[in-house]
Parts: sequence; structure tokens; C-alpha cells
Amino acid sequence: MDLVEFENVSMRYGEDGPLAIENISLSVKENEFVAVVGPSGCGKSTLMKLVTGLAPPSDGYVYLGGKQVAGPQKGVGMAFQASNLLPWRTTLENVLLPLEIVAEYRHKFRREKTQFEELGRALLKRVGLAGCEHKYPWELSGGMQQRASICRALIHRPSLLMLDEPFGALDAFTREELWCMVRDLWQEEPFTVVLVTHDLREAVFLADTVYVMSKGPGRILVRKPVNLPRPRELSVTYTDPFADLVFELRDHIGRIREGS
Amino acid sequence: MTLAQRKRLLMKASPWLLLVFLILLWELVCFAFQVPDYLFPAPTEIWGSWLEYRPQIIEHATQTLFTTVVGFALAVAFGLVLGMLVGSSPVIYKAVYPLMVGFNSIPKVAFVPVLVVWFGIGTVPAILTAFLISFFPVVVNMATGLATLEPELQDVMRSLGASRIDILKKVALPRSMPYFFASLKVAITLAFVGSVISETVASNVGIGYLMLSASSTMDMGLVFAGLVVIGVMGVVMYEVFALVERRMTGWATRGSDPAF
Ligand SMILES: Nc1ncnc2c1ncn2[C@@H]1O[C@H](COP(=O)(O)OP(=O)(O)OP(=O)(O)O)[C@@H](O)[C@H]1O
Ligand SMILES: [Mg+2]
Repeated sequence: MDLVEFENVSMRYGEDGPLAIENISLSVKENEFVAVVGPSGCGKSTLMKLVTGLAPPSDGYVYLGGKQVAGPQKGVGMAFQASNLLPWRTTLENVLLPLEIVAEYRHKFRREKTQFEELGRALLKRVGLAGCEHKYPWELSGGMQQRASICRALIHRPSLLMLDEPFGALDAFTREELWCMVRDLWQEEPFTVVLVTHDLREAVFLADTVYVMSKGPGRILVRKPVNLPRPRELSVTYTDPFADLVFELRDHIGRIREGS
Repeated sequence: MTLAQRKRLLMKASPWLLLVFLILLWELVCFAFQVPDYLFPAPTEIWGSWLEYRPQIIEHATQTLFTTVVGFALAVAFGLVLGMLVGSSPVIYKAVYPLMVGFNSIPKVAFVPVLVVWFGIGTVPAILTAFLISFFPVVVNMATGLATLEPELQDVMRSLGASRIDILKKVALPRSMPYFFASLKVAITLAFVGSVISETVASNVGIGYLMLSASSTMDMGLVFAGLVVIGVMGVVMYEVFALVERRMTGWATRGSDPAF
């Protein structure tokens, strides 16, 4: 079943600004891991805003779970390049924030706080942050903050997780570590992911399907299924099929550059 | 004593050392140039006036402290509410701001005669002047704190299904607390300015009145004693709010010393 569906969607900021994205049609199946790559400014973040209903399309239709998107969608998990943790809350309190908001949980938050805290602790432990529950975000390293941010995006078990370059600001080692973290979380209990990234290796390693977008106004240039077997180990990134896929995508991006 | 300990001690003692130095310098200048007491009394002279008129000074100071604190409390309550309105709605922001800036540009002493006509002389105009002069920084800081909320954080909250009230309560308000407490420190000192001005112009109680009547009999020692008392009250109140600020918003300085 399709969770996200775009039908000839165009979008411009303001009344008569230039198109940010143009005539995009795509569909994301339930529990599919989708990656979107493309040059800077091609409208990837705009695409995310459309999916989550934070911005309305100028043309075309966006469906989420079979229903047309109108207004912000409730209970979607989001993480960005900046971790956006709240500095006055401890890491655990930050992770539990969605449970205080999402309609499904907020009424029982007070009553079942201890259970929820256990849930939060367990999730933090899963991503290697055991012992950091009561530290403040600014006492954590950048990579640790990013882990906590992803925990916050997942704690309420959203059906859809939106990641906008969540590993962009991290060094190569930490990044690979977090790839594996996301892979494991997803493998254990699948959910739908839309990952925006600049990193082709990241896209191929994590995703089932990679979309390449063209330079602004953004259009879908290529839809590339990744047929590498799962579960994928990091070592897969050194194999030929992997390199071929990356190379092929690289080639498309290269053509975008030349075309401009 | 280690070097670090000595350094910390010096930090603690430095305001007192400076104060003692300035008083000594003052005394010395008055003595060396034989400055007459009715123009510029020496510290010893002021101290003498304090000892002589202590009961009166304390009585009038209590009155001033009372009007100041009441005016300040009104300003905080009003400033908080107006600041929240202005900061959370772009329309109100646009509408109210120019008006408020215009209002704040009027010297508050110009209002005192009006207030006297309305409320008679004494306590009420003093409270109202303190209020009028000190609410502006609270409103501006509160509004700034709320209006500068990061858009990404708003996106995270909205995609969880948070209402405007949720965002205000969970994110915007806690985030603007450093702005708010910083404004309290400014507002309390301004409130003293307001109440003393009003007492000087239209009252028969309060330090302002005491100083005015003392200066009409050329008792400069008493005038300066009044000035010093106002200064001391200002510093004490400032320190109280600085302490509250450190308690409430330690996260804003990431747990280290304020200043860089
Ligand atoms: N709030 C906004 N108002 C007006 N124009 C915007 C706004 N946000 C984005 N745009 C424009 O829309 C286009 C797409 O922006 P978008 O942020 O989606 O790009 P992106 O693919 O996410 O880029 P990057 O990879 O650098 O994050 C850009 O040309 C940008 O100038
Ligand atoms: Mg972007």
C-alpha cells in the first residue's frame, strides 16, 4: 500500500515566485526506505514540507495514507541537520517531548510517565546513549545530539519518519555509525522513511529507492531501486554492485551540473 | 592558597575594592580642594547626615521601595501579557510596535502632572510612573524572545500536531525566559527612576520628596544620603533579579559563567 503519493505536484514560495519544485509524481510504499538526493537548492526540503503538510502545494495533490494532505500532519517524526534539542530539557525529557504533544499519548503522559521514561531510556540505550539521560543536550557531542534527535523523532512510533540531512554536519566515522543505527532501528521495526541527503553512499546504503532531483525547479530525474540484499553490513559499501550504483547516480548528478 | 583560589577571591572582592577606592578618592578630593559642604559633601559628611536623619531616611526609603516594587510588579504582569500577544502574532506585532515606541519616547516626567490631576499627589502617581517607565523593556524582550523561535523547531512541533498553545507552552515561553529575566534587571532599575521622579515632582513622601526638601534648605549631606540610598536599593534589587535569573535560566549560559 502506498503511504505517500505525489500527483503532478508543483510548488512555489509566495504568489509569483519561481517554482521550487515542478510536476513531481512519486509514491512511497508503506515501510519503504526512500532517499532523495540532488544539488543544493533543488527543493528537497520543500518536498519534505509538502509531505508533512507544513506547506501546501501550488498545483497537484499530495496524499498521505490515502487522504489528501491539508494542514500539518499529526504524529510525523522529523529530524534535521541541526539537532534542535531544547537546551532547558535533559536528553530524556527532550526525547519524551513528542509524547506530551501527540494526541494519542498526551492524555496519559502524566499517569504513565514512568513507563514512558522506561521507553525513552530503552530507546536511548539502543542508540548508545545509555547514561546520558540526565545530561543536557549541550553536554553532548554533535553526534550524540543527533542520535538523541532521532530518538525524539521515533519515540511516538510515527508511521512516517522524515530525515533532512540528519548526518550532514558529522564526521565520516560518526556518520557511518549513525547509518548503522538507523538501519538497525528500521530493520527491527520497519517504518516508512524519507531521507534527504547529499551523500550518495548514504543514500544507496540505507535506501530501497533513491530519487535524484534536478536543479531548481526540482523535478524527479531518476528513480533508482536499490536491490542490494538486506540486512546490509557496512562492508557492502566496498563491493562492486554498490560502487556501480553510486557511480550511476553520480553520473546523473554530473549531468545536472553540465546541463546548467 | 592556590592561584585559582586567589583569582576567584579577587573577582569576588573587586566591586568592593573599587567602591572603597572611589570613596577614598572622593574624600581626598573634597579635602584637598576644600570643597564646601553645601556644594559637594564629602563621604564622611554624607555618613554624618545618614546617622543624624536615619529614621526619616528609612521611612521615606520604605515608601519609595514600596511604590517602585508595586509599579514594577504591574509592569512585569502587563509586560508579560502584552509581550506574549505581540510576540506570537505578526499582526499585533506590526500594529502595536510603532505605537509603543512612540509612547516610550515621551519622557515619563511629562506624564506626572497628568497623573496628579487624575489621582492626586503621593503614592498612586509614583506607582504609575514606575509602571509606565519600566514595562517597555519587558514587552520588547518578551516579544523578541517569542518572535525569534527557530522555524525548524516550529516545524517539528507542528508535525507532531502541536497547537499554537502547545508551541507557546512547551517551546516558545521557556526559550524566551532568558530574555525575560534579562529585562527584569533593566526594568527594576528603571522603576526606581520612575518612582523617584514622581516623588520629586508631586509627593510629600518618598526619597525623592526628601531630597527635594533637603536641597531647598541647602542640606546637601542629606540630598546625597538620599541618592546613595536609592543607589543601594537599586543594586540590591538588581542583584536579587540577577540571582533569580541565574537560578531559572542556567541552561542559557550552558552552565558556565555568564560573559565571555
Ligand atoms: N521559506 C522560503 N521562502 C522562499 N523561498 C524559499 C523558501 N525556502 C526555500 N525557498 C526556495 O526554494 C528552493 C528550494 O529550496 P529547498 O530548501 O527545498 O532546497 P534544498 O534542496 O533543501 O537545498 P539544500 O540541499 O541546500 O538544503 C530554493 O530555490 C529556495 O531559494
Ligand atoms: Mg534543505
